[in-house]
Amino acid sequence: MYSFDVENPETVADAVAALGQDEAQALGGGQTLIPTLKQRLAAPSVLVSLSGIAEIKGVSADGGAVVIGGGTTHGTVANEAGAYGALAALAGNIGDPAVRNRGTIGGSLANNDPSACYPAAALGSGATISTNTRSIAADDYFQGMFETALDEGEIITSVSFPIPEAANYQKFEQPASRFALVGVFVAKYADGVRVAVTGASEEGVFRWSEAEAALSSNFSAEALNGLSVSADGMISDLHGSGAYRAHLIGVLTKRAVAAAS
Amino acid sequence: MPKDHGIGASPKRREDVRFLTGAGNYTDDINVQGQAYVHFLRSDVAHGKINNIDTAAAAAMPGVVRIFTGADFEGVGGIPCGWQVTDKHGEPMKEPAHPVLAQGKARHVGDPIAAVVADSLEEARNAAEAIELDIEELPAVVDMKAALEGGATKVHDDLDDNLCYDWQFGSPADETDAVFANAAHVTTLELINNRLVANPMEPRVAVGDYSRANDESKLYTTSQNPHVIRLLMGAFVLGIPEHKLTVIAPDVGGGFGTKIFHYAEEAFCTFAAKACNRPVKWTSTRSEAFMSDAHGRDHVSKIELALDADNNFIGLRTDTYANMGAYLSTFASSVPTWLHGTLMAGNYKTPNVTVNVKAVFTNTVPVDAYRGAGRPEATYQLERVIDKAAREVGVDPIALRRQNFITQFPYATPVAVEYDTGDYEATMAKMEELMDLPGFAARRAASEANGKLRGFGVNCFIEACGIAPSNLVGQLGARAGLYDAATVRVNATGSISVMVGAHSHGQGHETVFPQVVAEMLGIDESMVDIVHGDTSKIPFGMGTYGSRSLAVCGSAMVRATEKIINKAKKIAAHLLEASEGDIELKDGQFSIAGTDKSVAWGDVTLAAYVPHNYPLEDIEPGLEETAFYDPANFTYPAGAYACEVEVDPDTGKVTVEKFVSADDFGNVVNPMIVEGQVHGGIAQGIGQALLENCAYDENGQLLSASYMDYAMPRADDLPHMENYTVDHSCQTPCTHNPLGVKGCGEAGAIGSPPTIVNAVIDALQSGGHNVEHIDMPVSPSRVWEAMQG
Ligand SMILES: Cc1cc2nc3c(=O)[nH]c(=O)nc-3n(C[C@H](O)[C@H](O)[C@H](O)COP(=O)(O)OP(=O)(O)OC[C@H]3O[C@@H](n4cnc5c(N)ncnc54)[C@H](O)[C@@H]3O)c2cc1C
Repeated sequence: MYSFDVENPETVADAVAALGQDEAQALGGGQTLIPTLKQRLAAPSVLVSLSGIAEIKGVSADGGAVVIGGGTTHGTVANEAGAYGALAALAGNIGDPAVRNRGTIGGSLANNDPSACYPAAALGSGATISTNTRSIAADDYFQGMFETALDEGEIITSVSFPIPEAANYQKFEQPASRFALVGVFVAKYADGVRVAVTGASEEGVFRWSEAEAALSSNFSAEALNGLSVSADGMISDLHGSGAYRAHLIGVLTKRAVAAAS
Repeated sequence: MPKDHGIGASPKRREDVRFLTGAGNYTDDINVQGQAYVHFLRSDVAHGKINNIDTAAAAAMPGVVRIFTGADFEGVGGIPCGWQVTDKHGEPMKEPAHPVLAQGKARHVGDPIAAVVADSLEEARNAAEAIELDIEELPAVVDMKAALEGGATKVHDDLDDNLCYDWQFGSPADETDAVFANAAHVTTLELINNRLVANPMEPRVAVGDYSRANDESKLYTTSQNPHVIRLLMGAFVLGIPEHKLTVIAPDVGGGFGTKIFHYAEEAFCTFAAKACNRPVKWTSTRSEAFMSDAHGRDHVSKIELALDADNNFIGLRTDTYANMGAYLSTFASSVPTWLHGTLMAGNYKTPNVTVNVKAVFTNTVPVDAYRGAGRPEATYQLERVIDKAAREVGVDPIALRRQNFITQFPYATPVAVEYDTGDYEATMAKMEELMDLPGFAARRAASEANGKLRGFGVNCFIEACGIAPSNLVGQLGARAGLYDAATVRVNATGSISVMVGAHSHGQGHETVFPQVVAEMLGIDESMVDIVHGDTSKIPFGMGTYGSRSLAVCGSAMVRATEKIINKAKKIAAHLLEASEGDIELKDGQFSIAGTDKSVAWGDVTLAAYVPHNYPLEDIEPGLEETAFYDPANFTYPAGAYACEVEVDPDTGKVTVEKFVSADDFGNVVNPMIVEGQVHGGIAQGIGQALLENCAYDENGQLLSASYMDYAMPRADDLPHMENYTVDHSCQTPCTHNPLGVKGCGEAGAIGSPPTIVNAVIDALQSGGHNVEHIDMPVSPSRVWEAMQG
């Protein structure tokens, strides 16, 4: 770690102002950022901690949507987002208790790790990501591995998830990190089914449109028979080839449909 | 009724009070007044020519005390190898220099090139970044077979090639070849024993301290054997005589073999403390541990088993490539040879066994002993090929093993060791009972109804522990004796400190050793403590590895305690005015046989130190005895392991549903601790079988350099407690040590990997998949790929 200053604003406005300083960076739960700093892979001069900002914390249900403050920890979502069971279950299976007690949804979505879980939920639910300046539809937000629509210094203040009729997240764990080797989030809405896949693609989280079409007309695992994802562009590493990941997408999507509730 | 004290009882581990309450005193907890910190600049290329190191700018950075490079160590010895192996032509192995800091070339990712000593770690790191290193990347050799091809890049320019030795052992090759030529059936298997990173919970730490006033050096280090470090570092590296060098290994948070070896960082801190006249501390980060702790295993083998028409094993031939990494670590050369070739007979009376091992240098981290060291590699090959043979000849894998068991003891194998005792049939029968084999069909059907495949795997193993008879290992090339030592110091009031050469880093010696002494004297265990880990306090013993602590050091302790008893009886005889031959010791009382006259243990010990009424003309005052014990043979724990796994055919994921170990450890002093050792060993074995994989890319970059990619076993990777049975009720006591113990530290890690892989193959076969072998770790993706054909 290099040395840096820490600021602890209590409002979004103060945080935005603090982030205007040279080489300033937002600090959520630190579960990704702190290890990066320890490895000296980043050298911010000021860390602006978001954990003291009450207005971006908490879970509320509002007009058919669950709205989660950008600074809400995975642990809180797991406990309080019962109105959207699949989302609460996803949060409850991120990392371990220590990670869940610190890590936040804003940090996860801002980081957009290609193997992270929340991006699948946000894209799979057609969520809206709100920041201090605007609201961004999930379909526009994710722009490839570790790439998002966020501008420098922009803070995720909340994320609104429309509550589906049925949904499920299937995470097949990478044996070492226990992030998603492949994760599939399926959500059935009145106007159609969304299927979002994390962990698999070199482009980060994506929607599997053929599966969405098939499931929108027949929401059953059988509807997926014969459908497959190409291994082209899938991540290939120590833990599995692109072909294996492509295969898992099919398996997990079926399982998610079968388990959706 | 289980005993509640002494040998055979299971008192809770007394050391756990401090470990579980955060009160342990680990090396990193030691801070010496005025200490500076070192940060090592390590190579980020696998192979590179160092053209220039410019430290001028770095040396001017704030807080820098001094910067060291290889040039500072030119007059200093290199890190030595403790075992010279002789190759099949009678030539000594190649022993390239292993400098403390790289000289001219870096040979693996993580090889230390320079070291910055500074007032703070932060400043040391900052300055290290300012060092201008001109290093020219060279092609790296990673694959062992490629490394041996003509024209391959050489890891060491002064050697002819990358071959450390070509070692052949056992039955003459032509005799074994003849047996194969006439065999009714030959089964062949090629397999890889995956490279592992030991990953003790506590990373390595070294604190060097130097007293100018006394010209004395002190090293605090995370070691399993402080005297071995004092010997190697003092005599071979830094030239410090023993009386001027103290090595202290305080609480050590796990070793698993990787803390046996003498490491460059230890020598560096000791050297730098004197050069800077300031204590110097190094604490490994986890990332450094991945690229500087000696790795384990990494064998590539071909094994062939010959059977006659009645399925008797008649010949075994193995051809192994053993990765040494870039340098020879302390015991690296002995692991694939004397700790591996000698075990190739396993539990079977195969009359002809020929083992060939080629040890190879590559641009990777040095490889050395890791829990089991050589014996897991031997067992894995043998038990996998037997399983394959059983399938090929169509017999039950248990029956095939049973038919070929050694049943007469002592038994001299064709690979030079003599098993003193054993009963392989007994452990097999115990395993069968505990596994509930008749229930397997129903469990398999239940799994299949769930869309899963269920497989059964069995494995037998034998290991050579209690390392080791010094005269024997000396003939085999060991450069150290492998006896051990203990001093029993009885204090005036009867309490006892036992100074032992063994080192406890998780094993529970502090609980177990007192159980033995207390039993022998008939006193309360709480009156006995052991002292270990400090060369200035303990006799010159050789430390802990190879499941040797109780069998070797414990035997020394028994011998010393016997001397104590002999002397105490003389004192008691004097106090009781009786003849020594009539004195009996029972329950801490010395009595005259057949009378009610007695004196208590405490009366005798007090008399020894307040010798007012004492036979001074016959014996010296005081009550303190030392014994050195050199074993007459190895000990041979053995057992039968079995498991059931489920394979999810859709994802390839394997889960261990049931695991049974039936071990013969000879006598058992503390059953709870033995069971804990086996549980831990099996967890590590399951880790190797299903999860752990230290992988390099073709350029020698470490792909699994953190826990993001190196998968450690976790609690939920193991079967639930009710399906996880470790049994040690089959006991054939060792015939040549006074406790009759054999050692239990490595068994679990040796016996479990083939059990798991055998079960996975059985599961896949049961599902109609013609899969003969999958290399470890048997990860979901590998299982799935294998199923694709
Ligand atoms: C052991 C371990 C296991 C894990 N397992 C999983 C897993 O299984 N699945 C999974 O999805 N994740 C996993 N994670 C990652 C975890 O979910 C992290 O918490 C998350 O990715 C980052 O959130 P954070 O709040 O800790 O962000 P930080 O680490 O503090 O920040 C990450 C990045 O986001 C930025 N940032 C933080 N908050 C905001 C905000 N509100 N608005 C804008 N930018 C912001 C920061 O500037 C930084 O660039 C794991 C992490 C660990 C350490």
